[in-house]
Amino acid sequence: MSKVRVLVGTHKGAFILTADGKRERWDVSGPHFAGWEIFHLKGSPADPNRIYVSQSSGWSGQIIQRSDDGGKTWEVAGNKFAYEGVPGTHQWYDGTPHPWEFKRVWHLEPSLTDPETVYAGVEDAALFVSNDGGQNWQELSGLRGHGSGPHWQPGAGGMCLHTIIQDPDDAERMFIAISAAGAFRTDDAGKTWKPINRGLRSEHIPDPTAEVGHCVHHIAMHPARPNVLFMQKHWDVLRTDDAGELWREISGNLPSDFGFVIDVHAHEPETIYVVPIKSDSEHFTPDGKLRVYRSRSGGNEWEALTKGLPQADCYVNVLRDAMAVDSLDQCGVYFGTTGGQVYASADAGDTWAPIVRDLPAVYSVEVQTLP
Amino acid sequence: MIRVELPSHLRGLAHISGEVRLDIEGQATQRTVVDALEARYPMLRGAIRDHITQKRRPFMRFFACGEDLSHQELDTPLPDEVASGREPLLIVGAIAGG
Repeated sequence: MSKVRVLVGTHKGAFILTADGKRERWDVSGPHFAGWEIFHLKGSPADPNRIYVSQSSGWSGQIIQRSDDGGKTWEVAGNKFAYEGVPGTHQWYDGTPHPWEFKRVWHLEPSLTDPETVYAGVEDAALFVSNDGGQNWQELSGLRGHGSGPHWQPGAGGMCLHTIIQDPDDAERMFIAISAAGAFRTDDAGKTWKPINRGLRSEHIPDPTAEVGHCVHHIAMHPARPNVLFMQKHWDVLRTDDAGELWREISGNLPSDFGFVIDVHAHEPETIYVVPIKSDSEHFTPDGKLRVYRSRSGGNEWEALTKGLPQADCYVNVLRDAMAVDSLDQCGVYFGTTGGQVYASADAGDTWAPIVRDLPAVYSVEVQTLP
Repeated sequence: MIRVELPSHLRGLAHISGEVRLDIEGQATQRTVVDALEARYPMLRGAIRDHITQKRRPFMRFFACGEDLSHQELDTPLPDEVASGREPLLIVGAIAGG
């Protein structure tokens, strides 16, 4: 029988939650790396027992861990992230030039085909790759070298490269997103990059339709349709049907078009999920209600999913990497909150139940569907 | 022989219990001690001092014999009590964070 493994990164450690295909009874393993911030952990699609972890602390900086047995044991990998050449400057919050400085790894994206290859999205924004299981890292410097780098600015959480999406049909194509620069695409395996922000409108920047400078919070793709991307921006939910050449807004009837997560149903490429958040200053759910919104039409028409979720006095956030789906026949949807709850739905969002409810603040949730 | 005490988060990272004892070739300084530590425990590379700048991480401090040595030059000889093993070099995580 199939089973699922949910990988949870939190403010003070990692947790691994496992269940069989019914997804009713859960085993909780952890905390792994207790006391450390775990921004992200993710398994290799090519070898599910290979898991990469971004572990960091204000005292001792960035550590990369990896497991070859599904998270039972861990081995420290390499943690030297050196920008290529002279790093140069980007804009600071006040608009002055600020040197590029490595701070941490926000997101690890294992290759679709090779367990030894993994990409790292880092703060200050850059993309690194390792081809030896995380031991050595090289910057794909064409991204920062695009030319717009000196105009990138940090979002409130820092200037982070937080989203990495590989095109399953084209090994040369990849999408990334940076807060607050925007989305970029490469068509030559990372050598050169193109901003793909046409159609985005951000009223809080000097030129609302600028080529770069947009605070993209997250992007999601269904692997069967790699030219269709869905975006949760600082404000606005958008989609593109041509690999980012043009975006259009699909916020429709959402109670707030601010939020962080966005994801796609495993079997229905037009079914998408977001969690609206009240505003960019409050960063919690509107009206004290935790509601996932689902669109079955690729956006614009949204329904609130509330069964099993708190509908009073709930003021949590759901951070950008904290939602994932499994690929069982009945698609499971998972998300974690800054209040330490991880909720699961085994019926595509119709009903929800907490797997755990008292973890440290959840930073990331990933799911592995295992045979 | 130099005795070094690490903070708990680094002992956990390197799977160390208790004090570390190191033999140092030549002068015992902050640099040579950290060099020896990193050679024996490669997982500590980058966790005490920055990979690129080789500077001490701001929230990692070096104490010995009741003194804060953190702001001494990296190549300053450590106190005789540390160099002779009578006193440990304390590598401390600053009381900060949340």
